[in-house]
Amino acid sequence: MFETTDLNQRNRQVESRVKTLFLLMTLLLILPVLVILTMLVIKGGPMLSIDFLFTEPTQGMTAGGILPALVGTVWLVVVALLASVPFGVAAALYLSEYAADNWLTRIINLAIINLAGVPSIVHALFGVGAFVLFFRFGTSILAASLTLAVMTLPVVIVSTREALQAVPHAFREACWNMGATRWQTIRRVVLPNSISGILTGVILEVSRTAGETAPIMFTGAAFYLPFLPQSVYDQTMAMSLHLFVISTQVPDVPEGLPYGVALVLIGMVLSMNALSIAFRTYLRGKKKW
Amino acid sequence: MAESASNVTRTDAIETDAIKTDAIKTDKLSLWYGNFQALFDVDLAIKQGIITSMIGPSGCGKSTFLRSINRINERLGYVRTRGKIEVLGHDIYGPEVEKVQVRKQVGMVFQRPNPLPLSIRDNVLFAYRLHDPQHRRKGKAALDEIVEKALRQVLLWDTVKDRLQRPAGLLSLEEQQKLCIARLIPVQPRVLLMDEPCSALDPAGTEAVEELIWELRGDYTILIVTHNMAQARRASEECIFMLMGKVVEHTDTAQMFVTPQHEETANYIEGRYG
Repeated sequence: MFETTDLNQRNRQVESRVKTLFLLMTLLLILPVLVILTMLVIKGGPMLSIDFLFTEPTQGMTAGGILPALVGTVWLVVVALLASVPFGVAAALYLSEYAADNWLTRIINLAIINLAGVPSIVHALFGVGAFVLFFRFGTSILAASLTLAVMTLPVVIVSTREALQAVPHAFREACWNMGATRWQTIRRVVLPNSISGILTGVILEVSRTAGETAPIMFTGAAFYLPFLPQSVYDQTMAMSLHLFVISTQVPDVPEGLPYGVALVLIGMVLSMNALSIAFRTYLRGKKKW
Repeated sequence: MAESASNVTRTDAIETDAIKTDAIKTDKLSLWYGNFQALFDVDLAIKQGIITSMIGPSGCGKSTFLRSINRINERLGYVRTRGKIEVLGHDIYGPEVEKVQVRKQVGMVFQRPNPLPLSIRDNVLFAYRLHDPQHRRKGKAALDEIVEKALRQVLLWDTVKDRLQRPAGLLSLEEQQKLCIARLIPVQPRVLLMDEPCSALDPAGTEAVEELIWELRGDYTILIVTHNMAQARRASEECIFMLMGKVVEHTDTAQMFVTPQHEETANYIEGRYG
């Protein structure tokens, strides 16, 4: 009564083939990541040293370190975050906690999705028009960071909104029924329980911002500027652009140098991501439901 | 006021101060969710200080009615209401009415216990802190006293007094539901609305919460929606039967279950539909 039939056997064969196929595709997917990391470590690893990180480039960027680019990237990221996080979180709070589901909200949502789809080079040109020329910030950290901020805003909004929506609706109901206003509900219940998700989104944002090249190319990042920026109105070097420049624009660059720069850049990004995961795990442990 | 005569005898019976007004009185209350009409000209007068239960099949408008009394329905943008709702003699749709005050005076308990993701103590003090701007100046002792009083009133103090700082989510469902009642007490609401407060609980929990609700009558006017006919019968003094958005019958619970006046009521009570 419970014996295997031909049909069962055929099904089992198909099952195992399908599973193997999916496994292979998955492995194929992580292959590029492994190759990139291995290449970077093998070729760029020997470049790394304290001097490499903390000295300026010399001999037309064919020797020396990357300090101005490293510092410049930190500037760009920090200023971009200072601009995008308040706007992004406020917009997400409005959309998630206040907005009624009407045509205006739908248009805003549509705009956010479209903003996320705008190519970064278009953002760059927008940045030139808006921040460099119209607001007269010139090519500066401020203009470049604001361009980055506009570009990353949709991602901040979407990730924040997702974090807010992850807070069970029953908590809001409970608060409202006790006479709490929306803001009291947000401040006392929604934000404390979504802050880990929001911060995770923000940190991932950082890693994305750090790697962007096009938006900063015309708005504030300099080709070669062997000293550190003093204020947001200065131009600056940046890791991503520096990598592009020494890979394609400068003759006689030693082979290991671009790999070293790429390794530091990816190291920055990955350590940010690791930080965000650690942070999320820590905050989740503190949740009370 | 045609009802006031019967009102007096009822309130005399439960030994509260002479009360002349109904706790909740609706006049031709109709309500639409978009194009769907959920309530049709509901006229109800719910007496102060007693437990009134609402029964009826799913979708008959019981919960909708309940959610109109503290104006929480309005949170859904597509709800339209017509008619009048008076709570303790005051039109809650009046121009000078502050919704926050309505929700303070009219507490709500939900089907699924929904303590906030805070400590037990902070849950009890949540509404209190919302409504008393002076709460920061109150000493810890004063707040402790409020917490103890509320938790004693819901018969929860002895179980949780040693773990007030623990998350409320760790309590059993029965305890959570009691906590959800306790957190309303410090703001001294006049009316408690309960939307199937026991349906997520096991039989022992149901009994315990029912007992608690019974204890609270007199101090509060309690309106309780239930699917459970036995519960309506043993835990309420008056009973309202609704069907398809209309009130079919509103009478003494004992009378409704022994000699229902309408055929629909009889059919529902006997389990012929629902």
